[in-house]
Amino acid sequence: MEISALRDLLEGEVLCGEDRLDDEIETLFASDMMSDVLACPDEIHCLLTGLINQQVIRTADMMDIGLVVFVRSKRPSEEVVEMARQRDMVIILTPCRMFTACGRLYEAGLGLR
Amino acid sequence: MDTVKLVYEIDGDNFSAAGEASTAVKRVLKKLKLPSAIVRRAVICMYEGEINMVIHADGGRAYVDVDEEKIVIRLEDRGPGIPDIDKAMQEGWSTASAEARNSGFGAGMGLPNMKRNSNDMKIETELGVGTTVTMTILFGGEAS
Ligand SMILES: Nc1ncnc2c1ncn2[C@@H]1O[C@H](COP(=O)(O)OP(=O)(O)OP(=O)(O)O)[C@@H](O)[C@H]1O
Ligand SMILES: [Mg+2]
Repeated sequence: MEISALRDLLEGEVLCGEDRLDDEIETLFASDMMSDVLACPDEIHCLLTGLINQQVIRTADMMDIGLVVFVRSKRPSEEVVEMARQRDMVIILTPCRMFTACGRLYEAGLGLR
Repeated sequence: MDTVKLVYEIDGDNFSAAGEASTAVKRVLKKLKLPSAIVRRAVICMYEGEINMVIHADGGRAYVDVDEEKIVIRLEDRGPGIPDIDKAMQEGWSTASAEARNSGFGAGMGLPNMKRNSNDMKIETELGVGTTVTMTILFGGEAS
């Protein structure tokens, strides 16, 4: 699925990385625990999380995750968005709760076993 | 390839900045054109260890040495030490503060993940003095 399709499914707002909306994503990981993300042995294209601090961006960076979705309209600071921009990441803000966001994306075929 | 030696001060009082050294290490390793799987393993080890130094100890110093065959990461802190290493190595065991948990850490997954991603991990610790974690990532070897 292209990132733009994910944005539409989640009624999302793109906070940075507008030029990468046609990138393809297949795998998704959802967690509020960063060491869970860091322990994932598989390639993750998209991270969904309810946390909005700097460590989310650093964790995504270490795992080469190109897309971060912040759920429940929790808006990160401009500093966090700037960190993501510098790393060429896409950030999307969605009004959906974690459960709903995961449900919609799972139905659309995204996920990790 | 020449031997590369890096040293970073880790500030124990600044959670927001935790991970800056790991970011810098990632940049250097990529510049050295190491395989991406090796870079991934090294930065996971470094980042989990760096976070531990900030949330469990009082910061300290990170040494990263790269030569033709391996990366050695040595993290030295001046924290409280680890009373029971076997327990600390268990997945899910954590003494992290509520603040650390609310910030996405404290699942008790870091040390086991550092061990998995390195070919060798050694923990030297003394109560009240500090902890040194040394991890080796071999270019030839698989993750353990
Ligand atoms: N540098 C350190 N100094 C003192 N204690 C430590 C240090 N590193 C780890 N520990 C102890 O070992 C426990 C387990 O560490 P580990 O990294 O596996 O999990 P965590 O940091 O609690 O949570 P997570 O890594 O999942 O965010 C910690 O909760 C802490 O009690
Ligand atoms: Mg940890």
